[in-house]
Amino acid sequence: MLDRVAGVGDVAIFSLKTVGWIFARRQRRDVLLPSFYQIGVLSLPVVALTGLFIGMVLAVQSYSQFRAMGLQTRLGAVINLSLVRELGPVLAATMLAGRVGSAMAAELGTMRVTEQIDAMESMGANPIYYLVVPRFLGCLILIPTLTVMADFMGVLGGYLYSHLLLGIDYHHYWTNSREYVDAFDFLMGIFKTFFFGAAIALVSCHRGFNCDPGAEGVGRAATNAFVHSFMLILVLDLFLGIGLDNLQDIFHPEGPRKLL
Amino acid sequence: MPATAPAIAIRRDIPDPPVIEIQNLSMRFGDHQVLRDISLVLPAGQTLVVIGESGCGKTVLLKAMNGLLRPTLGEVRFEGIPLARMNDHELARIRTRYGFVFQGAALFDSLTIADNIAFPLREHTRLSAAEISDIVESLLGEVGLPQSVATMKPMQLSGGMRKRAGLARALALDPHLILYDEPTTGLDPIMSDVINELILRARSRDGVTSVVVTHDMHTARKVADVILMLYPLSRLPPGEPQVIFQGTPHELDNSSDPRIRQFIEGQAGTRLSELKDEQARDQAQATPPTPEHSQHTEDET
Repeated sequence: MLDRVAGVGDVAIFSLKTVGWIFARRQRRDVLLPSFYQIGVLSLPVVALTGLFIGMVLAVQSYSQFRAMGLQTRLGAVINLSLVRELGPVLAATMLAGRVGSAMAAELGTMRVTEQIDAMESMGANPIYYLVVPRFLGCLILIPTLTVMADFMGVLGGYLYSHLLLGIDYHHYWTNSREYVDAFDFLMGIFKTFFFGAAIALVSCHRGFNCDPGAEGVGRAATNAFVHSFMLILVLDLFLGIGLDNLQDIFHPEGPRKLL
Repeated sequence: MPATAPAIAIRRDIPDPPVIEIQNLSMRFGDHQVLRDISLVLPAGQTLVVIGESGCGKTVLLKAMNGLLRPTLGEVRFEGIPLARMNDHELARIRTRYGFVFQGAALFDSLTIADNIAFPLREHTRLSAAEISDIVESLLGEVGLPQSVATMKPMQLSGGMRKRAGLARALALDPHLILYDEPTTGLDPIMSDVINELILRARSRDGVTSVVVTHDMHTARKVADVILMLYPLSRLPPGEPQVIFQGTPHELDNSSDPRIRQFIEGQAGTRLSELKDEQARDQAQATPPTPEHSQHTEDET
């Protein structure tokens, strides 16, 4: 139990140091760009593809339920609302945690085990500045763009499946979508991703920095990085969801829009 | 022995106090004590070789000397300044006067050899790209590496070449003190001697002070001014000093202590039967000892 508390404290100190180093020293282009490329550009295809499929899956799952109630024309509303509020952000975060988070933990873990982090420190360079800050900024800045991509592909996938295979009318599909999904829903989804991105980067880098020796240690760091950041994503999603819903009630005191 | 430096030391241009001064240093990781009550003074220009069996705390001692590991008890001073009182920024600045050659070279995989060697220069100096590349070129020459390796990644090099590149990186900032962690381990005898020669050559640069951790007696005899031998705490009777020898290589060869003779002559002696006894004792104990070391102790060889 005491170890757990100490562990949380350790992550907190690590996070504070990381945030401190963002402002303490100018970031170098040649350090930032490779990390941005790795995190953003290389994640784009996989996020786009999973986004497309999740949109189609939503269409498949909702269709029979809505048809039973005779509401199949409202399909666009429910698919797009779930996508921009929940599935797009969580999907992009999950892919980032899996693709980038565990890779970061494994890379930094290997550097720890082969004494490269010690070497950096022994040369008077700060490993957090060189290794963590670029990854943190990459995740923080690029996860919203990945989410936009996931949202877009999901909307596209949901529409294509509904229109082409389920035969739902183009006009009804988009009119309903426009009526039920507003900018707040979209922005709330994007807002959440900043927290997801920060959590992924900090948890994964911290795991890597505190990696146990040997191949087994590196493997465990990579697995733990994904498992811990995924859990944290879902917990954050719940609490941010509750908080943002309350905020929405302030702007729309008439209550949630009803599908029926 | 030189007088102890004042408690609050002021930075001086001429480093009067000993380069390294260690007082009553103890290191403990969880339940596992690695070093107990070590004291030593290393004057400028000397080469200290620390020998001892695997697991006796040599690497931990080396890492305590540049503050990579913080002492559990005791104090480490570099040129009269206690490392423990420094904040991260001061420690980073003082480390520019150290060179550290790691056991596995610890070159950054993602950078080329030239970028590795240039790393401390880019971090701590305002030299132009052309000046840095000139320095890198001369450092590669100094450690006997061809200029063609400059654009290669560390993984493309052999172990001996990586070690030399690591040495070149350690020399980049003209350090006052160079720490070598097992510089010849895993190299063939010829390459080991090349490294020994390079250690001697590095030392001749403006009277650099060096600390070499090794269990290679050939290296110890060749480069040492002073040899320090550590004994593993687990096999040391309580109360006995952990430093079982301190003196010149010649005195080491004439020592009559059976523990020293066993080490320098490389004889197993009764060690195998002792290991079996230890194993039996461990099994007999109801609760097996939990390996709750920090990663640094397990790294330590």
